[in-house]
Amino acid sequence: MTDSKGGAEPSVPGGTDRADGPLVEVRDVNKHFGELHVLRDVNLTVARGEVVVIIGPSGSGKSTLCRSINRLEPIDSGTILVDGKPLPQEGRDLARLRADVGMVFQSFNLFAHKTILENVTLGPLKVRKESRETVEKRAMELLDRVGIANQAQKYPAQLSGGQQQRAAIARSLAMRPKVILFDEPTSALDPEMINEVLDVMTGLARDGMTMIVVTHEMGFARRAAQQVVFMADGQIVEANSPEEFFTNPQSDRAKDFLSKILTH
Amino acid sequence: MSLSDLLDFGPFFDNIDAILRGFWATIRLAALAGVFSLVIGTVLASLRVSPVPVLRAAGTGYVNIVRNTPLTLVLIMCSLGLNDTLGLTFSDDSGTTYYWWAVLGLSGYTGAFVCEALRSGINTVPIGQAEAARSIGLTFSQSLRMVILPQAFRAVIAPLGSVFIAMIKNTTVATAASYSEVVTEMKTLLDLPSFTSGAIPLFLGVAAGFLILVLPTGYFFGWLAKRTAVAR
Repeated sequence: MTDSKGGAEPSVPGGTDRADGPLVEVRDVNKHFGELHVLRDVNLTVARGEVVVIIGPSGSGKSTLCRSINRLEPIDSGTILVDGKPLPQEGRDLARLRADVGMVFQSFNLFAHKTILENVTLGPLKVRKESRETVEKRAMELLDRVGIANQAQKYPAQLSGGQQQRAAIARSLAMRPKVILFDEPTSALDPEMINEVLDVMTGLARDGMTMIVVTHEMGFARRAAQQVVFMADGQIVEANSPEEFFTNPQSDRAKDFLSKILTH
Repeated sequence: MSLSDLLDFGPFFDNIDAILRGFWATIRLAALAGVFSLVIGTVLASLRVSPVPVLRAAGTGYVNIVRNTPLTLVLIMCSLGLNDTLGLTFSDDSGTTYYWWAVLGLSGYTGAFVCEALRSGINTVPIGQAEAARSIGLTFSQSLRMVILPQAFRAVIAPLGSVFIAMIKNTTVATAASYSEVVTEMKTLLDLPSFTSGAIPLFLGVAAGFLILVLPTGYFFGWLAKRTAVAR
């Protein structure tokens, strides 16, 4: 970690006028996969600078909720607002919105035919149309920040999982997003690599980045989150501060879930 | 007819100028058709994966019609139909205009096959690559150009090699469409009253010429496929 510059603070061109409202609002959202009702009347509000951790059993809809916020999954009904504006339909407006909403995937999804540096610079060069000099300088700072500056010229397949995921976080930060969505960022990693990724994420949280994190890492939730959201069967069953949620869960569903994962 | 007559390469080498001229015409046709079919195939594949239904239908329609029409028919329609009957000529010089029609006909035909090879390559690119591309704000066409197609091309270089090998041999059909290439030259020689022996050596010689063109093409694509393979 060098400093908190370059990506931590959201750079919002003309966005200051909305600076007081919530950054992400999910209102009465429903979604089906065929017969399966995967999101049921979901409501969620994420404030600026807040870190929200979404937990729950598999199939509870937490990844779908996360992916619906940048419309990788379209919703059937309800509204999702990012920085006060509803998500646009497919097209240029949606691309513009996605540039402001970072995403980190379970399987990293680094561009396999590009070097790590090229992965990080592609968005700023082609979407933001910034100059190569500025972009490469910032990219190297970000890679340094996540601890893999010496891997910049390598291809994704040459890196370990933890290094790839940190590169993916740098790629996301390079766009100077307002919020970053993390969809189970450590679930595909070997145990020894989980911490190097969580450390980077904890650092981001400390620097004030707005984050929505789907994860099974309860330690991270306790350490970094302001709000823990517990989902089951497509519904938000409980939302509370980590302290309250882990020590005094209200619903039976959450008690049952916690008893299964916190016993060892 | 004695064996020495059958294997008399004399007439072949006496007419080597005409044969080399023919092969040069073949190479000129194949080289340009290679480039154009790559462009046409890429455009068609882009149409076929586009989110716009009308564009998808246009791409699918083109491929299904052109791929299932005999090449002879496509080329004759270009030369006799479009050029001669409808008067859509590229030049007053008949050699030039038939050359361009042969190039276009062969490219349009081969492009359909390039498209299908490329489309199978697009299917080998993991869905996460496209999602990552979209998530950093690239538009559909940017994702296709910068992320999907570069990986798709690398995956289908070997099958594209087969498409190009077939295309090089398909240049011989252009003789039916008034374009004078190596088979045209060969046939002219065979039809000469003075050409009484050496037909088989002539065939063998032309076949060897095609081997010389096609074998390196195959090796080149094999080498390129290995070199550019994407590690995952």
